[in-house]
Amino acid sequence: MKNIPGLLKKLRESQLFWPLVAWAIILIFDAIFLPNFFKLGIIDDPVYGKHFYGNMIDVFRNGAPMMLVAMGMTLVIATGGIDLSVGAVIAISAAMGAVLINPALGNQLITNEILTRNSTNTPLPLIILADLAAGTVCGLWNGILVSRARIQPMVATLILMVAGRGIAQLITNGQIMTIYYTPYFWFGNAYILGLPVSIFIVILVLILATILVRKTPIGLFIESVGINTKSSYYSGINEKNVKLLVYIFSGFCAAIAGLILSSYVHSADGNNNGLNYELDAILAVVIGGTLMTGGRFSLLASVIGAAVIWTFTVTIYALGVPANALMAAKAVLVMMVIFLYSDYSRRIMNRIFGRRRPQHDTAN
Amino acid sequence: MADTNDIVKMLGIAKFFPGVVALEDVDFTLRKGEIHALMGENGAGKSTLIKVLTGVEQLDEGTIELDGKLVQVRSPQHSQELGISTVYQEVNLCTNISVAENVMLGREPRRLGSIYWRKMNEQARQAINRLSVDIDVTRPLGDYSVAIQQMVAISRALEILSAKVLILDEPTSSLDIHETNLLFDVMRKLKSEGIGIVFITHFLDQVYQISDRITVLRNGKLVGTFEASSLPRVELVAKMLGRSLTELDAMVKVKPEEGEGKEKKIMVEAKGLGRSGHLEPVDLELSVNEVLGIAGLLGSGRTELADLIFGIDNPDHGSLIVDGEKVKNFSPIGSLKRGVALCPEDRKAEGVVGDLTIRENIILALQARYGWFKYLNVQKQNKIADEYIHLLGIVTPSNEQLVKNLSGGNQQKVILARWLATDPKVLILDEPTRGIDVGAKTEIQKLVIRLAEEGKSCVFISSELEEVLRISHRITVLRDQKKVAEYSSGVDDRTIIQTMAGEV
Repeated sequence: MKNIPGLLKKLRESQLFWPLVAWAIILIFDAIFLPNFFKLGIIDDPVYGKHFYGNMIDVFRNGAPMMLVAMGMTLVIATGGIDLSVGAVIAISAAMGAVLINPALGNQLITNEILTRNSTNTPLPLIILADLAAGTVCGLWNGILVSRARIQPMVATLILMVAGRGIAQLITNGQIMTIYYTPYFWFGNAYILGLPVSIFIVILVLILATILVRKTPIGLFIESVGINTKSSYYSGINEKNVKLLVYIFSGFCAAIAGLILSSYVHSADGNNNGLNYELDAILAVVIGGTLMTGGRFSLLASVIGAAVIWTFTVTIYALGVPANALMAAKAVLVMMVIFLYSDYSRRIMNRIFGRRRPQHDTAN
Repeated sequence: MADTNDIVKMLGIAKFFPGVVALEDVDFTLRKGEIHALMGENGAGKSTLIKVLTGVEQLDEGTIELDGKLVQVRSPQHSQELGISTVYQEVNLCTNISVAENVMLGREPRRLGSIYWRKMNEQARQAINRLSVDIDVTRPLGDYSVAIQQMVAISRALEILSAKVLILDEPTSSLDIHETNLLFDVMRKLKSEGIGIVFITHFLDQVYQISDRITVLRNGKLVGTFEASSLPRVELVAKMLGRSLTELDAMVKVKPEEGEGKEKKIMVEAKGLGRSGHLEPVDLELSVNEVLGIAGLLGSGRTELADLIFGIDNPDHGSLIVDGEKVKNFSPIGSLKRGVALCPEDRKAEGVVGDLTIRENIILALQARYGWFKYLNVQKQNKIADEYIHLLGIVTPSNEQLVKNLSGGNQQKVILARWLATDPKVLILDEPTRGIDVGAKTEIQKLVIRLAEEGKSCVFISSELEEVLRISHRITVLRDQKKVAEYSSGVDDRTIIQTMAGEV
C-alpha cells in the first residue's frame, strides 16, 4: 500500500481538496447534530411519478442554478475578471421564457382566461432557445465592454446588473408573470431515475464545459490570460477573444439557471429572480479555490463550492433557523471559509496532515 | 578579532530549504563606511543571505552580530528597527502619490490629528537633499525617472530609522549610465557618512567602479572575500563561475566568419518605419544568418524599434517587409504567423506566465499559432518541453515546475524555448541577458550565434556594449529615438560609445 501517501499528497495538492474539506465539515456537523439529515425517502408524486426526496436531494435541486452560474463565473474570474450581472441575466432569461409562453402573445385583448391557460403558441424548443439566446447576448454585451471597450470588468458588468432587472421588467411589462404551461415545468420539477432533472443539466453542462476547456487550448489560454495578460498577448494569444468567450459562457450559464429557476417557481419576476446570485456564485468560486486575481481554475471545484453553500443553507433550515436569519448565518460561512483558506490555517492543517519531513532529511 | 569597524558580522550561516541547501557555512562581514559587493551567479545564495540578514528568512545555523552584539533578526520590520534598510531591484513605491508622501509614508508629521503637509514636505525635502538630489517633492513620484525613484526609495530607506546598513539589490539594472553615476555619487556620500552598503549587481564594471571589497558566493558556499583592488576581473569571473576561463576566452572567437561567398537573403526590410513620439523613421535591413546588434542608451528607441517590428505598436509611417511580404497586420498574432518572435525586455511583466508550468510556458506561443481547436495533447506538450529543456539546458527537476520558481536565466531560456518551438525566421531579443548570471549569459550568447548559423535572423538588443560587439555582425546605434549610425563588426567600443553619447 505504498501508493496511499502518494495519493493523499496528490489529493491535498488538488484544487478539490479544500472545497471537499469545507463540505465534509458541514456534512460531519449534520451527521452529528441532525440525525435525519441524510435520510432519503421515496415519494410517489401524482404529476412527476416516483422520486427520491430528502435534504441532499434539495441541496442539488435547489443548488443547481447556482452551480451553473458558478461555472460561468469560474471562467470569468480565471481571466482576472468578474461578472456581477449574472443575477440580472437570470431574470432576463426567465422573463424571456415567460413572455414567449404567454398564449396571448401578440394579442391585443388579454383576458385572464387566456393567460391562465395551460398552452402556448410558441413551440417549447423555441422558448428554450430564446431563453439561452437572451443570456448569451447579455454575455456578449459584457464581453464586448470588457475586451473591446476595455472597461474594468466590475464596472462593465455593473451596468447590466442594474439595467438588466429593468430590461427583465420591460420584457414582462412590469408584471410578475405566472406560467401555467406545464411542459415548461419539466426543467425545474421533473425527475429522471428518481433524481431531479436539474442535477442532470448540471452534470451535462459540467462535462461539456470541461471538455471545452481541457480538451482544447482554451483552458490554458484562460489561465494564461488570468495570470499575466500582457505576457499572453506577447505570446500571440488573442486575449480579447478569450475574455469575450468567458463572458459569453457566463451569460449562457446564467440563462440556463434562469430557465430552471423560472420553471421551478412557475413564474418570472424581474425583481427577484436570481437575486444575489452573483454574490453567492463568487463565493462558490472562492470556496472552489480559484483566486480572485485569476489563473488556475477548476469547474468541478466551483460546483462543489456551490454545493457547500447549499448544504449549509439546507442545514440552517433543518436546524429550524428562521429564513430571515439565513443571511446572518451565511456571514458565518463566509468567515469560516476565509479562515479555512487563510495561510495561517493552512499551515496548521499542513502540520496536522503531516508534512512532517525532518529538516535534515531535506538538507541533502 | 574584535574589529570595532565591523557593523555586521555573520558567521557560519546556513539555510536549508526542502531539498536544497541554500547556504552553508557562509561568513560575511560589513565594515563601517564600506561598499561591499556581493557577487555570484543566480542561485549562488546572494538573495538568501540578504533575506536572512533582513529577517525575511530565519537562519538555520550560524550567528549574526550587529555592532558587536548578537542579534536574532525576527522579521523585516525588526531588521529595520535594528538599522538595516533594503532597497530592492523593483522600486516598491507608489507612483501615483507625491514624492514626499512616499518618503514619509507611515511617519507623517501630524497637527491636530491630520497631516501637517508643510512640515512633511519640508522633512521629505531635507531627506532627498541629503542625497544631493533636488526635486519638487510635492509632485507625484511617477513624474520622475526610474533613477530618481530609486533615490527616493533610498532616502525612504534611510529616513525610516537612521540606518546603519543599506542593502542595494540590483539597484542599477534599470538605470542608464548617467543615472548610475548619480546613484554612485549618492553611495559615496553615504559611505563617507559611515554607512555600510551591501551592493548586489551583475555588472562587473560597476563593481570595480565603486566597491571596496567583494564577497563571492557559489552554490550556497563562500568562495571568499577579497579587496576589490587586488582581485583581477578575470579572476572574479572565474571564481563566480567556478570553471576554467578557456570557455570564456573561446566565446570571443565563436563569432562566425562573415562573407563566405553566400548570397545574402534579406529577411526583414524596414523603410522609414516609425511611430511619432516613439521612434523616428528608421531604415533597417536584416538578412538570413545574421545577428544585428542594436546599441543605445535607455530611452534611445531600441525597445520601441523591437516593438514596432514585432507589432506591439502600430507604425504611423513607413513600411515593413518580412520575408518578401509587406506587413499589414501589426500584432503579436500576426508576427507569430509570419515567423517573427520577440523576447521582450521586461521578462516578468511581458515574458513569462509565472504561475504556469515550464511545459505550458514553452508551448504557449505554438499553441496560440495552432489556434483554439487544434490542441497539442499533453504527451506532445511534454515532448516539446523536454526537448527544449534539454536543448537550452534549462535547470529544473521537471517540466511541471512553475516558471516563477526558476532563476532569471532559466526563465529567459523558457521564453526563448517558447519562441524557438514556433520555428521563427526572425528572432528579436530585447535585453535577453539582463539580470542573469555570467554563466547563463554566455550560454544565451552562444545560442544566438548558433541560431544565426542555423539560418535565423536575429536582432540583439543589449545595454551591455561588450556583448553586442561580441556577437553581432552589424551594429545599429540609436540615440534619442533616431538611428544615428550603423557599423560592421570590426568597430571598436570606443567609437560606438561616442556615437551613443553623440560625440561624433
